[in-house]
Amino acid sequence: MSDDMVVLTVDGLEIKVPRGTKLLQACLDNGIYIPNLCYLEGMERPPSSCRLCLVEIEGRPGPVPSCSLEVENGMVVHTSTDALRRLQQTAFRLLVSTNSGKCSLCMANKRCEMQRIAKFLHMPLRTKRLRHIPKDMPRIIEEHPCIDYESNKCVLCGRCIYVCGRQEDAPFHLDFAGRGFNTVISFFGSELPGVAEYCRDCGACIAACPVGALSYREDRQRFLQQLERNKASRARK
Amino acid sequence: MSPESTPSQRLADMRQAAEEQWRELHEPEIPVIYVGNATCGRAAGSQETIASFEESLAEKGLEARLVKVGCLGHCYAEPLVIIHYPGYPPLMYQKVGAGEARVLVNSFLKDGSDPCFEYLFGALEPNDTFPTLMDYPRYLFEKRVIMEHCGLIDPASLDHYLAVGGYQGLAKALEAGSRRVVQEIKDAHLRGRGGAGFPTGIKWEIAANASRHPKVVICNGDEGDPGAYMDRTLMESNPHQVLEGLIIAALAIGASRALLYIRAEYPLAVETIQQAIDAARERGLLGADILGSGFGLEVEVFQGSGAFVCGEETALIQSIQGNRGMPQYRPPYPAVAGLDGLPTVINNVKTLSTVPVIMRRGSNWFKQIGTENTPGTAIFSVVGDVEYPGLVEVPMGVTLEHLITEVCGGIKDGKPFKAVQIGGPSGGCLPASELRTPIDFDSLRQAGAMMGSGGMVVMNDEACMVEVARYFVDFTQNESCGKCTFCRVGTRHLLAILQEITKGEGSEEDLEELQVLSESIIQGSLCSLGKTAPNPVLTTLRFFRDEYLAHVREKRCPALMCRELIAYYIDLEACARGCDACVACCPTEAIFTTSNRKKAIDQEKCVKCGECVYACPPEYDAVRKVSPPEMIPDQGIEPLAETEEEDEK
Ligand SMILES: Cc1cc2nc3c(=O)[nH]c(=O)nc-3n(C[C@H](O)[C@H](O)[C@H](O)COP(=O)(O)O)c2cc1C
Repeated sequence: MSDDMVVLTVDGLEIKVPRGTKLLQACLDNGIYIPNLCYLEGMERPPSSCRLCLVEIEGRPGPVPSCSLEVENGMVVHTSTDALRRLQQTAFRLLVSTNSGKCSLCMANKRCEMQRIAKFLHMPLRTKRLRHIPKDMPRIIEEHPCIDYESNKCVLCGRCIYVCGRQEDAPFHLDFAGRGFNTVISFFGSELPGVAEYCRDCGACIAACPVGALSYREDRQRFLQQLERNKASRARK
Repeated sequence: MSPESTPSQRLADMRQAAEEQWRELHEPEIPVIYVGNATCGRAAGSQETIASFEESLAEKGLEARLVKVGCLGHCYAEPLVIIHYPGYPPLMYQKVGAGEARVLVNSFLKDGSDPCFEYLFGALEPNDTFPTLMDYPRYLFEKRVIMEHCGLIDPASLDHYLAVGGYQGLAKALEAGSRRVVQEIKDAHLRGRGGAGFPTGIKWEIAANASRHPKVVICNGDEGDPGAYMDRTLMESNPHQVLEGLIIAALAIGASRALLYIRAEYPLAVETIQQAIDAARERGLLGADILGSGFGLEVEVFQGSGAFVCGEETALIQSIQGNRGMPQYRPPYPAVAGLDGLPTVINNVKTLSTVPVIMRRGSNWFKQIGTENTPGTAIFSVVGDVEYPGLVEVPMGVTLEHLITEVCGGIKDGKPFKAVQIGGPSGGCLPASELRTPIDFDSLRQAGAMMGSGGMVVMNDEACMVEVARYFVDFTQNESCGKCTFCRVGTRHLLAILQEITKGEGSEEDLEELQVLSESIIQGSLCSLGKTAPNPVLTTLRFFRDEYLAHVREKRCPALMCRELIAYYIDLEACARGCDACVACCPTEAIFTTSNRKKAIDQEKCVKCGECVYACPPEYDAVRKVSPPEMIPDQGIEPLAETEEEDEK
């Protein structure tokens, strides 16, 4: 076996992956799902912000985010202990607590990462145990010339900011704005010339969003009209 | 100066002139007036005091030297003035405003006849006539290592610092070389004063051993804790000591770049430090070839724009790099890969200020102070309901009780002690039963509080601990960078629950949820802001559970603080007929006259501002506060009939 491979044990299963791989990626590549939102393959320093991909590693204190750890030979990893599940469920509950949980009215219905995680963690998409606390700001932010942002759906994973930052020729870049609970994605600079044209062609942020918090305004309008039509036709029946 | 002379010799040459100046100041032929003129002194009016001294001296045609010094840490006594009149010991005066300054000139400085006992605090030196500062517990129990010269030297004068032994630590370090400096700091067991107490020597060793070059040292002067100001005071009162520590750190790890990160809300600190940098460069204590040693360093000041989280080291680095101040996952630690990916040592202002003293006096001397696990001193900014608030420097290991009751004079106005909140906004609240806790990193953490950067709020029995927890969580929630789920959303839920409890809308299940959610936030958060934010909640739940229960079960606030759960009424027995002192102060006109021409409060209109409590003359003291509001007794109040009211007018 070459030195470039590392062998480790995940939930009792031995896996062999290239040295330098992030633990989360190693697990995903080997069919071991760990919930995650803020990680994208190829990130050098993942933000480690969603706090869903926590795992336990024997010999190390506390849960650690698997997205930010490199695999090591002989590592013994647990991804599904009760303690981890409780933490993940709490994180999930917190993430959905800003949102209404009305999936059928959302463009990302059925392809939303939160729906997948909900199933995996056996959690409802509408929080019961915690209060529903929407962010203290408009539900829909239309600052960008052609992209809408739904603040309460947003899980602040930052993927959109990451992929936008990689478009070196973009006339402006997404970033975070605000503080604390009211942190949002900022479209500061999107009023610059050329933004509408550039973003209409790019769409990387929309594609990267795991929850459908970003969408082209046109698409969203069309989707809303469709919803209206469906509602009308249901009413007729 | 010969080119081969050692750093120590070069420094000794410089010191000669400095000591000459110092002698003139300390064996004065004309009176010397020292005025504390750091931010705290200025806030208390020291600029007016200085102007008044200047004016009065000019009017009287008197000669005296005015020296603007930094802060001694005695906030309760500002503006502080020390007068050294030839033939007298140096005498300290408290609360010297413009008027007192005039009196001091006219009575004392004029001819030395009357040293104005009425404003005198004490003499700085033992003598037969005046009480000395050592007669006060505050001075007796304090141990000044870091703040030794604060308030006694002119921060704008490099010579003053040289005269008190400044830069000798650096000269020694330059001669000893990197490896032995690191060893000395390791031997001293110096632990970082920025909050976590990480061993400084080990941090330096990691960076020194890192293979990448160039390396960077950063002094963390962000000091975002509300109510904490020791770092500001050090930078304003003795900037060269901070700078000397920074240069030694750079030497130790082999850094060629050094930064001082100071929050922009500290303009005087920025100015003072910048002045010190310029002066040090001019005298060859900074620059290409420091004291002829061949070691070179440039220092720059970076002004942070004031976010609490930017004090966290990885966020601080982001902020210097021009990014939003958001903490990053560690490892890699900055000592391995920090600013621009370079090995970077970040140390707190107090940590760096301790370094020159250790280098000068040796690790063995340092280890005699404090405890085995945490040698040295701790500086706290003690605020709240104590008799003598301010900055205090005490040896590590003294108990909280000692600090509060002896050093700070106990609770103001003889009220009972209730709690002390230690460690800044995410510190814990400890009750009287925990006052035996020694002050050091490990003991405080065990008790559920933390050293933090040294904020301490002392509370008397009028503080509601639920409200206190709500207050601090509100702060940390607002200052959360918004990056990770637990901190951004979790603390918001803690806040929502606490808000409901303070309004009497909480339930016992909410207490359970507070506990569970707090534990998750501690476990799950990315950086220490989130990992410590629940401390005020957990400690108050643990030590003041009864108070939470009173709020949720009886809708009662035992401390009579939570507005929704209290009511004011006027005790008709105590109220004086015909007096209407309270009426005008009420912003909502809720106070009316009763049929027997006393006063009563219309609960519908009352907004519970409490103004009437202060307006009511102390000889009647008739306004009462109760919780829950239903506790207002039935006093059979009838409003004065309209017609009678007309008559009265
Ligand atoms: C939210 C937060 C705020 C902090 N603020 C400060 C600060 O204002 N000053 C400081 O020196 N350290 C602060 N720290 C600690 C730093 O991250 C770091 O540990 C410290 O500067 C290291 O210096 P030391 O080793 O000398 O203690 C903060 C940490 C956190 C988590």
